[in-house]
Amino acid sequence: MNDKEINDAKLQVSRRLFLSKLSIGIGSAALGSLLIPDLLNGGKGDMSGLEKAIPHFAPKAKRVIYLFQSGAPSQFESFDYKPLLNKRMGEDLPASVRDGQRLTGMTANQEKFPLVGSYYGFKQYGESGAWVSDLFPYTAKIVDELCIIKSLHTDAINHDPAITFFQTGAQQGNRPSMGAWLSYGLGSENENLPGFCVLVSKGDGNGQGVYSKLWTNGFLDSVHQGVQLMGGENPVLYLSNPHGTNMDSRRNMLDKLSAFNQHQYDAFGDPEITAKIRQYEMAYRMQTSVPEVTDLSKEPDHIIKLYGADCLVPGTYAANCLLARKLAENGVRFIQLYHQGWDQHGNLPNEMAGQAKDVDQASAALVMDLKQRGMLEDTLVIWGGEFGRTNYCQGKLTAEKYGRDHHPRSFSVWMAGGGVKPGIVYGETDEFGYNIVKDPVHIHDFHATILNMLGLDHEKLTYKHQGRRYRLTDVAGKVVNDIMV
Amino acid sequence: MIIIYKKQIATLLSVSVLVLLYQCKNKDAEDLATNIPDEVDFNFHVKPILSDRCYACHGPDENAREADLRLDIKESAFSALKDNPDVFAIVPGDPGHSELVRRIYSEDEAIMMPPAESGLKLKDYEKEILRKWVEQGAEYEDHWAFIPPQKPEIPEVSSDWAKNEIDHFTLVKMNEIGLAPNKEAEKMRLIRRLFVDITGLPPSVEDLEEYGQNWSEETYSTLVDDLLSRSAYGEKMALHWMDAARYADSYGYQDDEVRSQWPWRDWVIHAFNENMPYDQFITWQLAGDLLPDASLEQKLATGFNRNHKITEEGGVIQEEYRVTYVIDKTNTYSTSILGITMECAQCHDHKYDPFSQEEYFQLYSFFNNTPEVGIEATVGESYPAKIPYMEFDQHQIDSVLNFINAPDTNKVLVSVMEDLKDSVRQSYVLERGGYDQHGKKVSPGTPKSIHAFDFGKYPQNRLGLAEWTIDRENPLTARVFVNHIWGKIFGRGIVATEEDFGNQGDLPSHPELLDWLAVDFMENGWDIKRLIRQIVTSSTYRQSSKMSQKKNRLDPENIYLARSTRIRLSAELIRDHLLASSGLLNREIGGPSYKPYQPDGIWEVTSSGRGSLKTYVQDHGSEIYRRGMYVFIKLTVPPPNMLIFDASNRDLCELDRAETNTPLQALVMMNDPIVLECSRVLAQELISKYKENETNGALEESFMRILCRYPDDEEISMLEEYYREELKRYESDPTSAASFINVGEYPFNDKVDPVKHATLMSVIHLLYNLEETINKT
Repeated sequence: MNDKEINDAKLQVSRRLFLSKLSIGIGSAALGSLLIPDLLNGGKGDMSGLEKAIPHFAPKAKRVIYLFQSGAPSQFESFDYKPLLNKRMGEDLPASVRDGQRLTGMTANQEKFPLVGSYYGFKQYGESGAWVSDLFPYTAKIVDELCIIKSLHTDAINHDPAITFFQTGAQQGNRPSMGAWLSYGLGSENENLPGFCVLVSKGDGNGQGVYSKLWTNGFLDSVHQGVQLMGGENPVLYLSNPHGTNMDSRRNMLDKLSAFNQHQYDAFGDPEITAKIRQYEMAYRMQTSVPEVTDLSKEPDHIIKLYGADCLVPGTYAANCLLARKLAENGVRFIQLYHQGWDQHGNLPNEMAGQAKDVDQASAALVMDLKQRGMLEDTLVIWGGEFGRTNYCQGKLTAEKYGRDHHPRSFSVWMAGGGVKPGIVYGETDEFGYNIVKDPVHIHDFHATILNMLGLDHEKLTYKHQGRRYRLTDVAGKVVNDIMV
Repeated sequence: MIIIYKKQIATLLSVSVLVLLYQCKNKDAEDLATNIPDEVDFNFHVKPILSDRCYACHGPDENAREADLRLDIKESAFSALKDNPDVFAIVPGDPGHSELVRRIYSEDEAIMMPPAESGLKLKDYEKEILRKWVEQGAEYEDHWAFIPPQKPEIPEVSSDWAKNEIDHFTLVKMNEIGLAPNKEAEKMRLIRRLFVDITGLPPSVEDLEEYGQNWSEETYSTLVDDLLSRSAYGEKMALHWMDAARYADSYGYQDDEVRSQWPWRDWVIHAFNENMPYDQFITWQLAGDLLPDASLEQKLATGFNRNHKITEEGGVIQEEYRVTYVIDKTNTYSTSILGITMECAQCHDHKYDPFSQEEYFQLYSFFNNTPEVGIEATVGESYPAKIPYMEFDQHQIDSVLNFINAPDTNKVLVSVMEDLKDSVRQSYVLERGGYDQHGKKVSPGTPKSIHAFDFGKYPQNRLGLAEWTIDRENPLTARVFVNHIWGKIFGRGIVATEEDFGNQGDLPSHPELLDWLAVDFMENGWDIKRLIRQIVTSSTYRQSSKMSQKKNRLDPENIYLARSTRIRLSAELIRDHLLASSGLLNREIGGPSYKPYQPDGIWEVTSSGRGSLKTYVQDHGSEIYRRGMYVFIKLTVPPPNMLIFDASNRDLCELDRAETNTPLQALVMMNDPIVLECSRVLAQELISKYKENETNGALEESFMRILCRYPDDEEISMLEEYYREELKRYESDPTSAASFINVGEYPFNDKVDPVKHATLMSVIHLLYNLEETINKT
């Protein structure tokens, strides 16, 4: 079975190669099926293409939906239950626990580091008995589908480098985003949609911006860049025809264009000209296929109910979750959501309640919706932010109000589907929730594991740029086998 | 989604492959197995293999070295193996007793090289090259790019095709693989090609007619001189340098506030237009502030080193970011000027090139002596320039800095370089590149393998670095710049990896030509306009771009230049072409960047809500019709229609943009309002100009302005047909006509009939979407 999948993949690739070779000059549409462009890239990139593009082993997941919680949600009010912090509320964090860990410029000069426990209660749920805070009632109901990792850790302590690290495997530098790597490595399953789509939403909490460089192709070719889908009449930039035209007149224009371009090809013989004709045809097809996929109005009531009424409001997190499912159904390889507003330096209990309300129901709905469609088994869903938050209070501590600074040493994310063991909690922090005491998972390990689930060896998915073979995992990364089925 | 690569298609078309072996890494091994050269050359045949597959463990990086064996230096490669003194990796002349040969041919996983777990493999062809090299005596040579160029003899050619020295070199090469040059391109296409390559703008109908009328060698020469003297030349050149120098209009980290580096960009345009010699151009940018009695202009030039990103995120650690900026300066200098990639040596000795980590931080220390800090202020309290910066008064701008296009209202600021006044900051090797991991102390110096830094000759500061850089004995500087210029014009450098002349980079396709051009460039005062003139007056340049089957087969990538390469215009030049041909172009040079039409919400949805760039405030009036190079670049959200056409995101130094062909590009050309507006404005101009019964005149002029040549009969009849069809459609649906023309802010001409207007606009819009329109043919 596993071997068969690999063979199928190989077969598919060579078939594409074959078709694309055949198609040149005889006017078939098969060039359009050249889905893994770098395979044949005679340019400056890596040439060990064939090997790279084929899954290195049988994939468990075929696609990823990454629900990025930008700004860094607190683990202490979500998944890492630490009653000791409530017991010792207001006491100074022992220096032995902090152990010289660097702090941000925002709290480095605080005289005291008063411990602060969660304002919200925790309960255990499901057969796994995972602890979840009262802020996430919907997520609590699906804990038996989730693998909650409480031992993520990162090197970065500020938002920009931390989120860049999560997305690209490096804090600095123009490296390709994870979605771009997957688009490069695995291509797209649907030639009429981008392989890597990005959906952005915003909560009311204190936010840190996201930016298009997070979905950059870096040094990979620009086709691997994430395509941001927006609400409204242009779900993809420049998708809509101008006013005063329609699909018929556009069809006529394309036919004329094609005749002109063919005339030019006859004179110069540059195959780039015929390629251009095909790109226009592809664009024309996207004009139909994208609005079909992004149209949420035909979803039945029980689905709307599942995701919550917000899912009918374009641009909300809930609408983006529902859209993510539709994109996944239509073969998009990597769907990246960002929900902003999780940077609770102050007023945490209040702000975090709002943020959790934005995302809780729809995140859980997405997992259940994929499951009921039989798609969860080969779709990997990830939920989490760029680092954790401190166990001590930033600023003034009162019963109702407190804040938490950035904490890179330990934080929680959850994963579901796509070959992840369901209903487990992985990794542990100490009773202060400060240091990891069991099964640490570094960002590089996290990336290596995701690639592994998609059938890719993180050490072999490389691209040669400026003389060096780059990887998503840089020079590190261990696959966390314990969380995979 | 699908992408099509020019190079890839060319490869697909090729049935057999080139005989020339040093391109082997782009070719198919099986075909080449029969093409082993009689004499194996170390630099051209052997080292690319050793470097790419072996040096990672048996190369310059001491910490990664296995078995204490180096294959990059012969002393080690020829010595007895440490673990097995009877065995030698290489016995010159004796492959049978060379362990290297045994192991690369072995299929035993325990001993095979490269080892299975490395994921690296040798092709049969490559194994045979290594074996034969050992058999022929395993001669080592220094890396070609680190040997100073000598002016080679100009090869004799029998044909009278050659117009200047360049042609001698190219003709010999193309003959070697059995190709002859294409005929000279048709004159109108050549005129457009010259306009685009030199000024980045299309010729007007008047230009075409004036120069086309008396087409002769003399006219050609006059045209080249004319173009080189236009101020658009400096803009075109500056565009490339802005990529190299990672120029942008914002600081680039999150919250991404506006910055003011445009006065430096105005200086770059000015310097190119003044034809400042390249050695001086570099010296001022690296060390203008350290020159004796430095002028304002010299200090302004140092803005080059301040274009990197700067954080304004609250709570960051000062030293972490200060170090990041110095590293960016070091890497940008290395890549843009020396054509080498030093950043690998930031964390460890370079794995492929002979640069140690200590040498990296010696180079770093030249840039480590400024009063800059990691963070000056968070967004909201920040300033559009950071310490050290200059502020110019009106008097200065009216006199010595009159090339700065300053708006009347705002202060003119620019961040520049300056050294600490009373002290020197100690630099250290930073272990594993960590900002706080101080290792050994280092002082300024340069990599020995490139060219010795003579402490008696050069001062130990940035000025000394500049002098070292432009020293005639520096093997890289002139070669690298000449190669930039060549690459911009021909679409491919003589060294295809413009940013990497090291061991991992491509070898030059025409090594003698590269050296001849580099030495000639230095001997003639680093004169950039002269260099461009040499290139564009050559017969090599003037060839038609017609691709015969034979040429496609033998040289699909056009490495041997037996034709001209068709190249897609860059994102900025596409905009220029639209604006210039429609008559909308505002030719004002320099000044603050502008914000054109942009789809709604792109900045807003990603912004944290802080800073002046949280919302996109579009400019209006003639401002929005300026050249593409002046479009405002917010680093965290660069202009989307530019990125779609492979524009640099300006995050880091970039020398060679990709050239892709995607459906999103088709969507931009079909639906971006600026394309539609240009179509609308050109249509209204031509309808007013031509009488009712002169539709053909309007169609022909549209074609001339956009394609820069006369249409042929078939093209005319296709245009007429489309015109008739669109006219019919809009006559039956005048509402659609009215809404089609309702695009863009440029004033309407109410006297123009909307149906006629929409019809001609539609035809023009079609012309803008032709493949040829955005290509240099």
